[in-house]
Amino acid sequence: MKYELRKSWITQILVLLAALVCALLVGAVFILLAKSNPMKAYGVMFTGPFSSKFGISETLVRATPLLLVGLGIVVSFRSGILNIGGEGQILIGAVTASAAATLFFQWPGVFLLPLVLLAGCAGGALWGGIAGWLKARLSVNEILSTVMLNQIAAQIYIFLIRGPLIDPQELLYGTRAPQTALMPETLWLYRLMPGTRLHTGLILSVLLAVLVYVLLWRTTIGYRMRAVGAGPEAARYGGIRVEFYLVLAMALAGAFAGLAGTIEVLGVHHRALEGISAGYGFSGIVAALFGRLHPLGTIPAAVLFGALILGADMMQRAVHIPAAIVMAVQGLVILFVVSSDIFLRKPEYIGQILNFFFPKRKQREGTEAKWKTS
Amino acid sequence: MEDILNQGILLGILAAGVRLATPYLMAALGEMFTQRSGVFNLGIEGIMLLGAFVGFFATLRLGNPILGILASLGTGAIMGVLMALVSVTFKAEQGISGIGLYMFGWGLSGLLFRLYVGGITSIKGLQPVKIPLLSDIPYLGTILFHHNGLVYLVYILVPFAWFVLYRTTWGLKVRAAGTKPEAADTLGESVDRIRYQCLIAGSAMAGLAGGFLTIGQANMFVDNITAGRGFIAIALVYFGRWSPWGILAGSLLFSMADAFQSMVQVLGINFPYELAVILPYVVTIVALAVSFGRVWAPAALGRAYERGSRG
Repeated sequence: MKYELRKSWITQILVLLAALVCALLVGAVFILLAKSNPMKAYGVMFTGPFSSKFGISETLVRATPLLLVGLGIVVSFRSGILNIGGEGQILIGAVTASAAATLFFQWPGVFLLPLVLLAGCAGGALWGGIAGWLKARLSVNEILSTVMLNQIAAQIYIFLIRGPLIDPQELLYGTRAPQTALMPETLWLYRLMPGTRLHTGLILSVLLAVLVYVLLWRTTIGYRMRAVGAGPEAARYGGIRVEFYLVLAMALAGAFAGLAGTIEVLGVHHRALEGISAGYGFSGIVAALFGRLHPLGTIPAAVLFGALILGADMMQRAVHIPAAIVMAVQGLVILFVVSSDIFLRKPEYIGQILNFFFPKRKQREGTEAKWKTS
Repeated sequence: MEDILNQGILLGILAAGVRLATPYLMAALGEMFTQRSGVFNLGIEGIMLLGAFVGFFATLRLGNPILGILASLGTGAIMGVLMALVSVTFKAEQGISGIGLYMFGWGLSGLLFRLYVGGITSIKGLQPVKIPLLSDIPYLGTILFHHNGLVYLVYILVPFAWFVLYRTTWGLKVRAAGTKPEAADTLGESVDRIRYQCLIAGSAMAGLAGGFLTIGQANMFVDNITAGRGFIAIALVYFGRWSPWGILAGSLLFSMADAFQSMVQVLGINFPYELAVILPYVVTIVALAVSFGRVWAPAALGRAYERGSRG
């Protein structure tokens, strides 16, 4: 991972914003393809989320799971694991939390709420931990294993909320909508603003961001995880149990995503239902990268992308641009952000790149190598 | 009676397996070249999705699946240029840029589909071509020689890929760029140029693999139609140890599992549908896990080549 903070904060923020602008410019081309006016579409997209109480609260409602997933991504990427299993970990977290709430519903709320939160974390941690263990013990590429685990989790999730965990009411009325029973009200997260869906999960996730910062930069465990990320061989030579920290990092990442799923259940929907994640597992990666893989940087990044996702929904309603555009734009943001990295790392390299595309003269004439087939 | 039924089912599974291997094999062969040149293209899922949509759309509008195939190839190549720009020229971390490319292809295919098509629309895709004489062989004829053109093409590509990789100068350059880029560079070969070529060719094949899903298999496009096949193809490259024959074996093993699980669904065997669907993904993880210990991989895989830096 080459995300050392070499340049000043200002430069970094400017480069990130430039990457975002570039991605949006390409997005504007797609809006033109849709025979819409990009200015008008982006106008809705960027003013909508900030122009009303509804917009601001909904932005933060979306930023909460993004931040939680993003924190997990920060931990795993910093430890050298490219975890793209957030989506699956969210689903498993949401469903284990719902299962815990269903099983122990008679417990008093004071005990039940922590239990359900822990169950969600544990489910996600298990799901992430599998990928971590596979990488540590069997050197299975974590990107591939997490993608497979995403697909498996999606099927398990839908199987459980359609079958064993389905709301008994749905069976009673014969509607059979795939969703779990409504949670007891003692489990609902407190709503911060009356009339909106903004809930205490936001405060929890910001506190956790600070905790992750402390973990990574102020504790031995965090130091070791970052050492494993910087160079596993050197870390091993330094006496660090690389395998253990790989599994730990993935389990933590999974726990954060699982918590995101749990919080969506307890704070927003009050039950597990189809399509609970809305791509947060992937958008969390974008938020974490945009936050320069720093837990505190991820906070504003999560708000930004929360607004972007909400803005895309509003744009869909106002000018009929499908909200799927936001996934494409986020993909472009990743591409531009990782591409811009070289300009921070090696500014002198820009000249070489220009040379590659616009060669001034043929330099290698006469020195062409003689190749033979083996 | 039961024997005849079982025989029919078995034949069906085998024939379907041969056909279903096509997208895996096509994408994995392309990815093999890319990885042999030292670049990890993790975005082929996104490339396949976009290739699938564009191929479908071209066939729908132009009425000719051949043009659809060409459109898929072209789309893949363009995505390859994009990936090369990011991973080779700008030397970005390849795993992360792959995730970006995946999200881009996924989002864009979903966007274009909603903009220009909207709902379930069928196309007249590629028709099966019976090979004369050979298709009359009992059993084998049904299994091997009653498919559409792309299926035959991909199986011909296996020995061809082997020949190109091991018996041509270009193949040697590719292997050099992926194993010892410094050496290739010293001999005056542009590592970046070879990687560009491999990424573009490999991505074009991924685009075609996507096109096969819509033009040669489903005859329609749905959101996320690839369902992880691009990532499975990458896993097959590992499993097949970066060799065309290994990839062929892996693809067949895999597509047979796929054919088996869809047969379970079709026959209505009492087995939860969701659990049948996860089978291919579990098989992939197991396949990756048993490849453990086979440590050989292109030595410079995943490392951007920077002249003068010590690898």
